[in-house]
Amino acid sequence: MRPTMSDPSAATPNSSATPGVDAAVELGLTPAEYALIVEKMGREPNEVELAVFSLLWSEHCSYKHSKKLLGTLPTTGPKVVMGPGENAGAVDVGHGLAIAFKVESHNHPSAVEPFQGAATGVGGILRDIFAIGARPIAVLDSLRFGEPTSERSRYLLDGAVQGIGHYGNSIGVPNIGGEVYFEHPYEQNCLVNAMALGMAETDRMIRSAAAGIGNVVVLFGASTGRDGIGGASVLASAEFGEDDPDKRPTVQVGDPFEESKLLECSLELLERELLVSLQDLGAAGLTSSSAEMASKGEVGVDLDMSKVPLREPGMAPWEIMISESQERMLCVVEPAQVDAVLTVCEKWEVHGTAIGSVTDTGHLRVFDGDELVGDMPVPALVDDCPLYDLEPAKPEGGAPTIYDAPAATLDHDVSDPGVTLLALLGSPNIASRKPLFQQYDCLVQSRTVRRPEQADAAVLMLPRGGAIAVSIDGNGRRVAADPYRGTMENVLECAANLACAGAEPLGLTNCLNFGNPEKPHIAWQLTESIRGLGEACRALDAPVVGGNVSLYNESAGGPIYPTPVVGLVGELPDPAYAGRSGFAREGDTIALVGPFAPFLPGSELSKLRGEPLPDGLEHVDLEGAKAAHAAVRDAVRAGAIASAHDIAEGGLLVAVAEAALFGGLGATLQLPLDDFADPDRLLFGESPGRGFIVSGDAAALEALRERTPVTVLGTVGGDALSVDTGATSFAVTLAELREAHGALAPLFP
Amino acid sequence: MRARVLIRPKEGILDPQGEAVVRALPALGFNGVSNVHVGRLVELDVEDESQLEAMCQKLLANPLVEDYEIQTVSS
Amino acid sequence: MKFGVLQFPGSCDERDAVDACARVGEAELLWHRDPDLKGVDAVVVPGGFSYGDYLRAGAIARFSPAMESVIAFADAGGPVLGICNGFQVLCEAGLLPGALLRNVSLRFHCEQIGVEVVNADTAWTRAASPGERLSIPTKHGEGRFYAPNLDELEANGQVVFRYAPGENPNGSERDVAGVCNLQRNVVGLMPHPEHAVDTLTGSTDGLKLFASAVAAIATH
Repeated sequence: MRPTMSDPSAATPNSSATPGVDAAVELGLTPAEYALIVEKMGREPNEVELAVFSLLWSEHCSYKHSKKLLGTLPTTGPKVVMGPGENAGAVDVGHGLAIAFKVESHNHPSAVEPFQGAATGVGGILRDIFAIGARPIAVLDSLRFGEPTSERSRYLLDGAVQGIGHYGNSIGVPNIGGEVYFEHPYEQNCLVNAMALGMAETDRMIRSAAAGIGNVVVLFGASTGRDGIGGASVLASAEFGEDDPDKRPTVQVGDPFEESKLLECSLELLERELLVSLQDLGAAGLTSSSAEMASKGEVGVDLDMSKVPLREPGMAPWEIMISESQERMLCVVEPAQVDAVLTVCEKWEVHGTAIGSVTDTGHLRVFDGDELVGDMPVPALVDDCPLYDLEPAKPEGGAPTIYDAPAATLDHDVSDPGVTLLALLGSPNIASRKPLFQQYDCLVQSRTVRRPEQADAAVLMLPRGGAIAVSIDGNGRRVAADPYRGTMENVLECAANLACAGAEPLGLTNCLNFGNPEKPHIAWQLTESIRGLGEACRALDAPVVGGNVSLYNESAGGPIYPTPVVGLVGELPDPAYAGRSGFAREGDTIALVGPFAPFLPGSELSKLRGEPLPDGLEHVDLEGAKAAHAAVRDAVRAGAIASAHDIAEGGLLVAVAEAALFGGLGATLQLPLDDFADPDRLLFGESPGRGFIVSGDAAALEALRERTPVTVLGTVGGDALSVDTGATSFAVTLAELREAHGALAPLFP
Repeated sequence: MRARVLIRPKEGILDPQGEAVVRALPALGFNGVSNVHVGRLVELDVEDESQLEAMCQKLLANPLVEDYEIQTVSS
Repeated sequence: MKFGVLQFPGSCDERDAVDACARVGEAELLWHRDPDLKGVDAVVVPGGFSYGDYLRAGAIARFSPAMESVIAFADAGGPVLGICNGFQVLCEAGLLPGALLRNVSLRFHCEQIGVEVVNADTAWTRAASPGERLSIPTKHGEGRFYAPNLDELEANGQVVFRYAPGENPNGSERDVAGVCNLQRNVVGLMPHPEHAVDTLTGSTDGLKLFASAVAAIATH
């Protein structure tokens, strides 16, 4: 029998050994934080309690360096069904359906073991989605590595791509898009961010708050091993000598088959209305899931470690509490429904075990059989971690003082725009992603109306009419140059992608990947980036419904580029009118649409030339961009234009070349270069999210002029891209463009 | 009894995993390697070792494309 | 006309297969542990990663109670279609000749490709014409068909589908994409016809297979 509050044996934990402040510091707490824990507890924490506190008060769980800033973001709107704080956010798409989505990082595990790190990143984000009762319908990924000239970067890329594919393909969730950038500051700190979307009946979504005193806590899914607890090995001295560290693997291994069963089991439990609440076990395992459930429900939870099914014998209670073994869920069940819940678990061949109960104590109590081994007030665990104010300071001189200039790969003196175009098309950040995305199943579940390279955003049709479009983006180099404007550009870029598909933003998720925020220049990047994010989201009416923060991405070589990855979900009324990127018909007119104001500093061409980052970017015209997006979106939805492609990395000429390649049709352009002192600036300068290459009937393009600037550039047709600038002319065949664009294929032999 | 079943692609069947290893080793400075086959290892405790052959035929291997070899580790 | 679609733990494309079948008839899922085939007229063994594809693709699913019933159903002449992982299951079960090995690239590969109908005289291809080219997606990591007696299979008309020239995604010998049994009621193929049933998602060419089964049942 479990001890109760009235049971004297439960008054204080039997384990009196206290690891002390030194162990706390080794676990990442500060002495001041340890003192605060002692104050909140009224005594020194024992090893179980210290393990739990150290995890919940970590940056990962407490957001102690970012929470105040994140509070400035807009999070509400008429379409928001679930906002930040739940496992994932969700927006209303009509017809009684909601789309849940979230992006999350798995950077560090992927740097250690890219295949498993990326695979378990996908597994984790999928659990976040079905934890709120939504069936996962898509995955996207956002990757950052060092330059592919580095063998380590190629190894990490190959492993991460195979891991993402392995997990997503095996579980039957399509991978519908993503992005990858190669930049030297990611050489030691690669980024692997995964985004997932799910679909749910709006009135059937479930929250994670524990409720109902006396209700049963059931753990289901995989058994628990020592995965991912190497970081807490300072606590292990009592159990293991220093000579057998192998017993604590730090790499979590993903099992998509287990997750597939867990997913179906969870959704069937919800379908049958057998659960009071549901929560996935992510980072910090049982510790964070149980504490969060108790906190949100303002109740207590008792857990018995002796009931947890183990993968290996001899695990200590603290190890069980903090294990990060994958593919596990925690739910709260009324006592009368426990048998029914376990029957569903048995049907799906999933372990289901009652391991605890909901109490009125307001404490998280950990038992090992009858022995109480940890007893912590829930508010102290979840709410009392100190939140820190950052001390931002822009370094004198800005970005160039933080980051080395990239290595030059293109001679500055190249004056033939055709040569520059091919160099850009073949550069790692622009070359076709086909060798990556062909390793992913993009069409399982039969909703995929636009696959990668068919449109700027992926498009999924919905069962009761309408469709959604999704895009994920985050150019870290430009954010490094100007955290405020660069982040606004990231949001605009995503929104422009949606506009090309015919979609209007509904909500946004983000993953803020930064260096050490305790350093003033990183604090400056983070503060300015979040300011830009909030401003862009407000301008576009795209509330932030959830996200993730990954800090301390630094190595001896310095910090990563500040990388706020933005995932944007939008809706369009009719999937039959989803837009396409590629030219569609010979003879169509091609136009530049939008307030396109290109500049070379911070561009891909500038990178290829090895130029240092600029200290600041040019002004971002949010309102002008928004008007252009609306004009393009409406024209796509009306079927008035044949193609729309946003002008991103590489600038105007690269965008035209991509539209030609995606459509398999050439183009003839007459470009008014007389107005530009530097032709490269018009051809290759960048102005993210503010310019589009649109093709269609001349009259339809002309009609856009009422809402946004339009410049006719030329005509679709032929098998080459021919450009006449008045002063000079050049032509590149589609075959040459295609060969350059295929430059990444050798990375996947 | 502890048994070990080694399963490998049948002779003559294209083994791309083996070929990948053959291609990769010289790049790491290991020369003179050929005829590589990548298979898998199944370790199991069995009460009746006379059943191992049938286990291989029915489930552990696909005799159409795989050879297997049963080893007794300990009794 | 009712289709039954098998569901194993780890199946991925079973709902897609049900939806595809439902465009030409009725369709329902059949749970792997239940030997009762519910009186269906045709069975589809769908794609995915049954039992995680651990050990060998299809090796464990093949022994499920429902599969034992499917074997009896097939032996009695009932139309059975195996798609991708389902093809692997049918080979493992001995209903179809050959085996499916890892792609030569050693990578999972997903692409819309051309698939040519070689034999239009099976329960699942009679609505197509010989030589007809279908646009169907393929997505797998273990799809390289191998049979020691490929000449014999060709002579018997058991090669039902071939990848269009230059579009073989897995290194399969003689571009074989799908085969049938001698009785021609059991067909397996690596490409996914259930993902080619709607112009919005890319193609409707896959409907021909399901329509064929309806025709086969009608004339049976």
